[in-house]
Amino acid sequence: MGHLILRVTIKTLFAPIILFALYVQFHGDYGPGGGFQAGVILASAFILHALGFGLDRCQRVIPPSWLPVGMALGVLIYAGTGVYTLLFGGNFLDYDVIQPDSHHHAGQHIGIIAVELGVGLAVAATMLQIYYAFAGREPEPMDDSW
Amino acid sequence: MIEFILARYNYWIVIALMMTGLYIVFSRGNLVKTLIGLNLFQTSVFIFYITMGKVFGGTAPILLGGHAEEGHGEEHGGDHAESTHGTAYGEHEDSYASDPLHEGGAVNTIEETHAELSPGESLHTAPEGAVNELARAETPAGDVAKAALDHGTEILYSNPLPHVLILTAIVVGVATTAVGLSLAVRIREAYGTVEEDRLEAIDNQDDRAEVLV
Amino acid sequence: MLLDDLPVLPVILPLIAAPVCLLLPNNKLSGSFATVVAWGAFILSVMLLQQIATGGAAEYALGGWASPLGIVYRIDLAGAIVMSLVSLMAAVTLPYAIESIRAEINGYQISAFFAMFLICFAGLMGVVATGDAFNVFVFLEISSLSTYTLVALGAKRDRRALTAAFTYLVLGTIGATFFVIGLGLLYQVTGTLNMLDINEQMQGQDNKVVRAGYAFIVTGIALKLAMFPLHRWLPDAYTYAPSAVTAFLASTSTKVAIYAMLRFLFTVFGFSFGFADVAFTFFLILGLIGMFYASTVAIFREDVKMILAYSSVAQIGYMLLGISFATVDGVGAALVHVVQHAVMKSALFMAVGAVFFAVGSHRLSAYKGLAKKMPITTAAFLIGGLSLIGVPLTGGFISKWVLIQAAFGSVQPVPTLLIVLMIVASSLLAVAYVGRIAWTMLLEDPDNNAPVKAVPLGMTIPMLLMAGLTLYLGIDAGGLIELCRAAAESLLGTGLGFGSAS
Repeated sequence: MGHLILRVTIKTLFAPIILFALYVQFHGDYGPGGGFQAGVILASAFILHALGFGLDRCQRVIPPSWLPVGMALGVLIYAGTGVYTLLFGGNFLDYDVIQPDSHHHAGQHIGIIAVELGVGLAVAATMLQIYYAFAGREPEPMDDSW
Repeated sequence: MIEFILARYNYWIVIALMMTGLYIVFSRGNLVKTLIGLNLFQTSVFIFYITMGKVFGGTAPILLGGHAEEGHGEEHGGDHAESTHGTAYGEHEDSYASDPLHEGGAVNTIEETHAELSPGESLHTAPEGAVNELARAETPAGDVAKAALDHGTEILYSNPLPHVLILTAIVVGVATTAVGLSLAVRIREAYGTVEEDRLEAIDNQDDRAEVLV
Repeated sequence: MLLDDLPVLPVILPLIAAPVCLLLPNNKLSGSFATVVAWGAFILSVMLLQQIATGGAAEYALGGWASPLGIVYRIDLAGAIVMSLVSLMAAVTLPYAIESIRAEINGYQISAFFAMFLICFAGLMGVVATGDAFNVFVFLEISSLSTYTLVALGAKRDRRALTAAFTYLVLGTIGATFFVIGLGLLYQVTGTLNMLDINEQMQGQDNKVVRAGYAFIVTGIALKLAMFPLHRWLPDAYTYAPSAVTAFLASTSTKVAIYAMLRFLFTVFGFSFGFADVAFTFFLILGLIGMFYASTVAIFREDVKMILAYSSVAQIGYMLLGISFATVDGVGAALVHVVQHAVMKSALFMAVGAVFFAVGSHRLSAYKGLAKKMPITTAAFLIGGLSLIGVPLTGGFISKWVLIQAAFGSVQPVPTLLIVLMIVASSLLAVAYVGRIAWTMLLEDPDNNAPVKAVPLGMTIPMLLMAGLTLYLGIDAGGLIELCRAAAESLLGTGLGFGSAS
């Protein structure tokens, strides 16, 4: 029962961290934040859980095979937004063509949210992948060897 | 003379960190120490950029309450940092011109440039493989700046562009550290050590063994 | 729409294809997909080259934000030439890689390998295409990071690839960070990051900040292009990387860095910048030393890939020599050599890779008597080797010829005859190390009569293509020389034909 405190804390904090990550993700327009920061925070929630409860349990929640898909999908969402604007007549990443008839540049908002989602997904997947790659090499220390 | 040194304290810190980082990289430590030194070196560059963007009396470049709402109604839903920027740099000019210790030529040019064209805000983030550029040009500075002046609220913002450049550089640094540490782990598995002198000795042994073949 | 967006397409095509390639299964599909993408990028680059050759420099505002506030891609003739070169190299090396990589990396790494390759390719194209100074850093780091990974993938057959990749990582990151510091200093002076705008804002300015920025930027890029004495990372990285990776990197990464150097020296800092004379003298001296030092070291090495890697450092010395002359002829000669060297080095490294596939080693001792067992590969290797020396009828001769012609008009205080003599002398050194390999291949008896593995067609065809191109560019190089001269003219005109940046 040595790390009861650790495990209870991690369980308590896990959901708020994810919530905070979502907050940071969507408030990049109005405060410090954005895709990269949110992705790192999201990944850190899972990494924290893996540190406290073991890599196996984390890998049951997020299987390693999901992560390359996450990385690729994130990049594709971003590039896809750019290609979307290309196909609709604007320059690459010209967000205004997403909503051409808006007076307060709604296209900019939509475009930014889309690309930041792509960035957040890609970064979260990448950070988690890095952790899995490093942690998965050494055998986990036994509970009583702390 | 003392004032000369003290007024540029941020540059001295940058130089100190930079040299420390480079020394750690060059000195014969182990691979992980080299990467830490590299990180320290990159951190000094971050500090350099951030202090470069700081405006005396300027706050964080996020639109504060009044501007955000009234600006939104106008036309650009993004940020109006640029419009208040016009005013901001007017202020900037005064505060810097009154500082006699600053390097004359360089600073004045910034002021003149900025009075005319505020640099656009570019959001650079570079997750693995993706290149993200977003550049926003200035809005017609007139309307909102006038509104700000009418309300008597002149808010000074720091320059947001270096912040964004640093975000990019930080991401690049993270990726570099990740790749470097992965290489260190692989080297540890392949060679059994991460000490640089041992590695060099083993590599030289391999070279010599090859020649004899 | 295709024609309007042409400047950005060769960059985003490989960039979008890379994550798709990551998701493909680990078999030939990923390699074939990457090959098709590279060919597509090559076709787009050639279309772009045609467009620019007839219509002048192309400018493309990303996100619709016009310069100087937005990030713009600005491609002039020099940029279009380099973009076409890089995409040609990718289009030729990727089919080669599909076959050669099977023996050199683990099976589960194949899709990731091609994804990395595409990212590196996209990064290199982006460095050339962009007209924004910080964007150069971003793309440079994209290409560099993927390069470190690609080099490290050679660890399966030789663990020294890991230490080579690590050294490359440390030195490359220091170089890129120096570049960022210099850029920060420039930003402080000018307040902008757009290349043409920086040039405008800096007219008539010559203070310590600008000079410090210049020094940092030049040093940073010099590390990426392996200028002596910043070349230490190159031999090991090229030697222990997989064959296809070496063939691609040797022909593209340093060339793109040369392009970046040209862009910053002549477009951003402008030609009339007072401090520039010192820098050009540096280039001259360091280029000459690099030529001699690297060629000399190459003579004494026992590993064919390492010999060729040191010879790359020497050839970069030639390009720096051309730049240091600071005339249209000089820069044109440097560009001609960029193209010629890329073609000949890729042919050479592909031949070395074919030998590695067949025999299993790239030590000089394994090359004994190879001419009888692998005649086609030997022929390709010899063509590349003769081109390195500068024998007439090969591409290398043309570039040395143009370089010597340019030497007569140089602005440097060093006497022209001395420079010409040194160019000829280093060619003699090249005879030494190429001759050593050729002697081993042609005239020595093989150690054993073990049968060699047959080299697949997917590797032989690109190799012969590049060897043939070397010969072609040695016989009929008029078009190339004209093109490079025109590119140099637009570079030295400090400005890309577009009006004021605002």
